[in-house]
This record gives sequence, C-alpha cells and structure tokens, in this order.
Amino acid sequence: MHFDRLRSVPADRHDFVRLDGVSRRIFLKTGVAAGGGLMLGFALPAFLDDATAAASSSFALNAFIRIGRDGSVTLIMPYVEMGQGTYTSISMLIAEELEVALSQVGLEHAPPNEKLYGNPLLGGVQATGNSSAIRAAWQPLRQAGATARVMLIAAAAKRWRVDLSACHAERGEVVHKASARRIKYGALVDDAAKMPTPENVALKRPEEFKLIGTPAKRLDAPSKVNGTAIYGIDAKPPGVKIATLAQSPVFGGRLKSVDDTAAKAVKGVRQIVQLDDAVAVVADHMGAAKKGLAALIIQWDKGPNATLNTEDIARDLGNGTLKPGAVAQNVGDVTRAITGAVTKVDAIYQVPFLAHAAMEPMNCTVHVRKDGCEVWVGNQVIPRAQATAANTTGLPLEKVVVHNHLIGGGFGRRLEIDGITRAVQIAMHVDGPVKVIWTREEDIQHDMYRPYFYDRISAGLDEAGMPVAWNHRFAGSSILARWLPPAFNNGLDPDTTDGAINLPYAIPNLRVEYLRIEPPGIPTAFWRSVGPSHNVFVIESFMDELAATAKKDPVDYRRALLVKTPRAKAVLELAGEKAGWGRPLPSGSGRGVSLQFVFGTYMAQVAEVEVSKDGEVRVRRVVCAVDCGSVVNPDTVRAQIQGAVIFGISAALFGRITLKDGRVEQTNFHTYRVLRMNEAPAIEVHIVENTEPPGGMGEAGTSAIVPAVTNAIFAATGKRLRKLPVDPAELKHT
Amino acid sequence: MDFTIKVNGAEHRVDVDGDTPLLWVLRDVLGMTGTKFGCGMALCGACTVHRNGVAIRSCVTPVNSIGDASVTTIEAIGTTDAGRKVQRAWLDLEVVQCGYCQSGQIMSAAALLASNPHPSDSDIDNAMSGNICRCGTYVRIREAIKHAAKPSAASGKGG
Repeated sequence: MHFDRLRSVPADRHDFVRLDGVSRRIFLKTGVAAGGGLMLGFALPAFLDDATAAASSSFALNAFIRIGRDGSVTLIMPYVEMGQGTYTSISMLIAEELEVALSQVGLEHAPPNEKLYGNPLLGGVQATGNSSAIRAAWQPLRQAGATARVMLIAAAAKRWRVDLSACHAERGEVVHKASARRIKYGALVDDAAKMPTPENVALKRPEEFKLIGTPAKRLDAPSKVNGTAIYGIDAKPPGVKIATLAQSPVFGGRLKSVDDTAAKAVKGVRQIVQLDDAVAVVADHMGAAKKGLAALIIQWDKGPNATLNTEDIARDLGNGTLKPGAVAQNVGDVTRAITGAVTKVDAIYQVPFLAHAAMEPMNCTVHVRKDGCEVWVGNQVIPRAQATAANTTGLPLEKVVVHNHLIGGGFGRRLEIDGITRAVQIAMHVDGPVKVIWTREEDIQHDMYRPYFYDRISAGLDEAGMPVAWNHRFAGSSILARWLPPAFNNGLDPDTTDGAINLPYAIPNLRVEYLRIEPPGIPTAFWRSVGPSHNVFVIESFMDELAATAKKDPVDYRRALLVKTPRAKAVLELAGEKAGWGRPLPSGSGRGVSLQFVFGTYMAQVAEVEVSKDGEVRVRRVVCAVDCGSVVNPDTVRAQIQGAVIFGISAALFGRITLKDGRVEQTNFHTYRVLRMNEAPAIEVHIVENTEPPGGMGEAGTSAIVPAVTNAIFAATGKRLRKLPVDPAELKHT
Repeated sequence: MDFTIKVNGAEHRVDVDGDTPLLWVLRDVLGMTGTKFGCGMALCGACTVHRNGVAIRSCVTPVNSIGDASVTTIEAIGTTDAGRKVQRAWLDLEVVQCGYCQSGQIMSAAALLASNPHPSDSDIDNAMSGNICRCGTYVRIREAIKHAAKPSAASGKGG
C-alpha cells in the first residue's frame, strides 16, 4: 500500500443519488504510484443504511486503482471473494469505464491498515457483508475508472498537442482518430499522474455499456476446477504443524483437567496445548492431531449453562413478547384499527438457531514470534483479524501481518474473528507456525448461530378481507448490538428489523416492535440474508394466512396491496405467470408464493412442493422473478439466486440447532442436514431489465424461498407451519 | 510405519500410522491441497479421489488400505479423458461459486462419466448425492455433467 505517495489534491466530489434520494459524496484522490504509474484512491462504503454508515467511518479512502507502466490495472479493494462472484463483477465496473479488457484488471485484497481505515474503536468497517459490495461500488468504481480514463486521454492530448475532445480511449489505448495515432495507457501513466484530477466526469449511459450487463466469465473459476485455488485451510508456511481442538462442549464451561498420556504416545503428535476453555493437539498432520485428540481424557467444568435447553430460550423469548418493545415502525393507529376490524387474525411464529456449515471448516494458521505475528486466514473483516492477533499476543498492531485467502463459503461466519483469536491463543504456545483446523463437529457445535426469534403477529381485516391493521412484535438477539454497537440505537438495529418494516404492501395501520433479548450461553451472528431470513418467513406466511382467511388467491391478495409499489407488483406477476400459477397440480402437491423487497432488490418466488404420505417434503420446482435494478453480470445474478434458494430450502426443511444441557446436539452433516443433489429442485430465474441502481444479490434468494416452500405445503396439505424447520410428523396423512 | 503409495503416477513413501486417512497424507504430508476436508465421516464428498478410477472418500480411507492401487486426485484428473471433459464443462457452464467442494464434485463426476458416458438424471443423483455443495451449485453441476456427456464434448481438444 503506497498511500503516502498519493499527492494531496483537493478531494474531488461527485454527488450521486442514493436509493432513498439522499446524496452521498464520492471522494477521489489521484497521484503517482510507487514505482511509477497512476494511482487513484477512493472510498468504498462498507454499509449502505444510514445507521450503520454513520457508525462507521465510511469516507476514509479504502480502495485504490493502480495503472502500471506495463498497462496493468490493479484494483486494491476491501471486499473478499466467498463465491459470490464479487471479484468478477467489481472488475467489470472498472473495465467498463476505463475502456480496458476485463482480463487486464487484477485484484488485490486491501491489507488491513488502521490509519487508512479510520476509527480504530470500530475496526471492522472494512467488511464484506449485507449484500453490499456491488451496491456500494456501483458509483465510486465507475467514477474512478472514468476519472482515470479522462486523465489518460488528457495526458495523450497534451503530448500530441491536440484537442482533448479529438481523442478517445479504447482497449487500453488512447486514440487520436484524425492523425490515426494511438498510444497505450502504460506509456501515459507517469504523465497522467501529474494531471489535475478532473471534476464531474460523465459516466456512460446504460446503452453505452459494453461489459456491464453481459455474462462475463468468472475470473476465479479456472483455479477452482483444477485444485490450485488456495483457501485459508491450504496455507502452508514452511515447517507448519497441524492442530485440532476441543472447546468446552457446554457454552461457557472451563477446562478442568486433561490426561494426555495416551495422546502423547500417538505417532506424529508433538504437543498438547491447554487453554482456559479448550485443549488442542499439535501434530505433524491432521490425522495424528485428530487421533491424539480422541485419545485425550478431558474433564470439563460445565459452568453456568449446564442445564440450558432450547425450550428455556424459546419460553423466555415468548414471555418477552408479552411486553412492548422498541417501535421500529408505526403507521396510523393500529389499536383502533384492530378494534374496529371485521375479522382478527393472530399467530405465533418461531424460527430456530441455525449453523452456517460452510464447506471449508473453520481454520486459521498463525506464526507467533517474539517480534511479530503472521496470520493466514480467509476472513471478511481483515482489520479485526489483525486487531485480535495484536490484542491476544500483546504485539503492536503494525507487527501483525494478515494474509487473506479465498473463503470456502462465508454466509456470515467469516465476519467473526473467534477462530482467529483461538488460533493465536494456541500458536502462542507453539514454536513455529501452526494451522488450527476445526473438525466438522467443532465447527457446528461452536458456530455463532442465526438467532432464534419468537414472533407475535396479528392483523385486522375489513369486510372485503383486506388488512386494515398489522401488529407485529418479535424478540431475539441483536447481532449488530454486539458487532457494531453504535449501530444499535433506541433498542433497534437496522439488520434485525430488515424485512419486517417498510413492507411493499399498502397497509394503513401498522406497528412493528422489536425486543432485544439475548439468550444465555449461545453466541449469535449474521447468517445469509440476516434479518430477512427470519422476517420474510413470518411476513409472507402471515400474508398467506390472511389471504386464506379472506378466501382469496394468495397472488391476487398480495397484488391488491401493491398499487404503490409497481416494481414489487411486476415481479409478483412475472413469477406467477412463469410458474403457471393457478394451473392444477396432482393431489399432495401445491404451489406457494412469496414477495419481498430487501437488500435493495425486489423478488418474488413460487415454489412447487410434493408432500408424501409420511410427511416428507420435496421441492420440485422454484420460479424466481427478480428486479435488482441494473445487472452487472446476469449469470452471477442467476448463480446467486440458484444457490441462495438451495441454501434456504436446507434451512426450511432441515435447519435446526438445538441445545440440550448447554450443548449443541447436532454434530455433522448427518444430524445437521443440508440439501443434496437428489433433493434439489429445478430453479428458473427471470430477471426484470431496468436501469435503476443495482440491488444486492447474495442473500435475497434465501429469505424468499422459505415462506414460498411453507406456503406451498399449506396449499398441498392445508397445514400452516408456523415453526421452522418443517416437521414431517405434522404433515403425515393417509 | 512406512508406506509407499502411488499418487497421480508417482510413488511416494510416507511414514505415518497405517490408520491415517489418505486425505491427510495427501494434504499434510505430500502437500497436495487440492483435495479438501469437509466432514471426516464420508458425509460430504469434499475429499473425493479415485482409487483405480473409482471415486472414494479419502477422509475415511486408511492409508494402509491403498496397497499398490493408483490414486488420482484433482491435481491430475485433467489428464484423463473424462476428467478433462468435466473440467471443461464446469468452466463452460460457470458451475463454481466458493469452489471449495468442487474438487470433490469434479472427481465424483469424472468417475461417473468414465464408467457411464451417458448418465440419466437418476444416475447423476446416485453418483453425486454424496457430494454436498453449500453454495448450492447443484443445478449447474447436473447441467455440466450432461454437457460433458454430449458427443460434441467427446472430441476432446486437450482441455
């Protein structure tokens, strides 16, 4: 990182309009790159909503484009690749405005830098999450690319002593058409770096896009089909030992004693490391480490959660919802409207704790020396990784180097640093580098989980059966309150209520309340689709209940409430049409619909399910209509929705983490089931084309599919499921 | 104890306990990290390799059971006809997302196509349902296997 070499020119400010109509400024700096070349620095916000953005220092320069003398374009950026295709889509934004081929753009992770990334108390604002990368980068990256292009053209025009407007850029060159002269960017970068930063560079109109909107191939795919891609778990600094660990099986328990006689006798075992609440076996290879761990005789002090069960947590949350919560949204007068309603409908919904179960189990490689510490890991919050290594070792921050790697599935898990802290604790006892790999059992039993939520919801309907009042109160953990405390205000955080407020539906009286109730013992964290993973299930199931109460078709019922939200109406109609909504299905089968506006994206899904006599549910077909505004890469949009749908079906049908005596009962993929090839439905994705700013794409498909499935089960069986996951015992029929 | 195993055509001598799973010999002893760890119980397929061309889960295969069989991993599957076609199809259809499970998926698919050049949907289900993908690329994996099985893909232009 060569930030200091950037000339301090007045910040170039370009206003742009956000989804909510509030403008946010883009800050750009240009200058000479170290070793020659042109450097542009700019800010990519990590968060889009006001509360979180205000809580983080979103205007620090955190992304850089370097154009070298060889014409290579390197983007140094804070987003990490977890499979969502960010590397490719982000590169497309720059290549489009800079007029270079996609293959010319290289990417580097921004290294953690406290000075650069602003507020050290927050630290974690350099993050990849909340389906925000493309939404946040859409404007600044194109602006940076366009600014660089204009500077390169200006440098060429000056050299040729021709008018700037007589030149244009194409395929990494500046061209003066009248004299048929062309010059490559690489030959211009040193001159361009001395140019003043131009202001208000115009961006291409959508009809001028050459790359954006095309299904460009993923840049990371070739290395992922031949085994050469290096994930965190593949790091192998010279001399690395392999460790695996057992953490207190009861949350909050401590290590009492360890008999390691047999473990030490295992061939290849080098060392046993005892911590306050964990024990690790260090060995030449993971086979020996696991064998050694199995040979340990461990006594645990179970601590305060020794009798904690899921039922206790659910009961406490349920009792909590008997009291008023923080008001997240209040429209009209719900109490009066419900009293005056013709029909009243109430329901209680519950969603379980969920594990992430990413395919790459938790792991982290650490080398602690007297004068420094190196960390090899795939993580979504690099500055926090660096900070925890510094805090744990007592080393100054600048003595910690973090090598970030590809992530074998994030889904929210790698926004946490517990695995890094743990690995550093172990590495402090080991001479040389050590790679700490969690077994799948540790990974599932010591995850940080999607919170359990308990919802009370009621509605009042008028004589036509349409909702005139909507009253929703729910209780559960606030992840942001822990993860980014300043974003938790007046008892509310924007993630937990996302999808429960600002509904696409026109309901004249509406009140939504949230109670932050933290369960004892069990840690909670972001999980793919975050707030909507819970809220959209409740809202869309309940909307289906209202339609059923009114004896109306679920699609027609929703459509009648969408007069003021035409984009929502359009995706609902498109999904219905493509799915053949209303066409008869065999007995035991049913269709269900869902509609949502979350992560800046409108989405409707129709699921077709079959329920067998013994209650087993098969999802046969899913049709998704999506309006995510401008599409950077339509193939990535399809891939993300296909994957998110599978992820959501896993949760709907099987996903459940339960506690018994303070321990997680599930251990591996046989007790924490996920969808397999033979259970996967056909998935169709229909994209609505428009030129609105892009919406988020990584998570929306997950929240939308869950109620589509349970509503389809209702259509097939008449059973309304208000508690996830689906319980086949409830669906048995003859 | 010393074992000599043949991996991707080369013989390697390793000094580990005989019950050490092949997975860890490949990854930690021989440094071939293309084969992945996912579950340790043959539940997810991330560790799939070939023993004499047949897909096996290396996380539950003790190294002393290999004998003189030929082991093939993702690093060398592109040298087989089926493996090359599968890798090509994976790229043509943009199958991968995070990519972590794909070594195992490709090894299972290559074994399937080598023994059954024109698999039906249920053949694909049988061969592939032991391989979990958390990114949910199943739809594309199925399409890619069918794509690789097409006669046009069989001409094999060297990958």
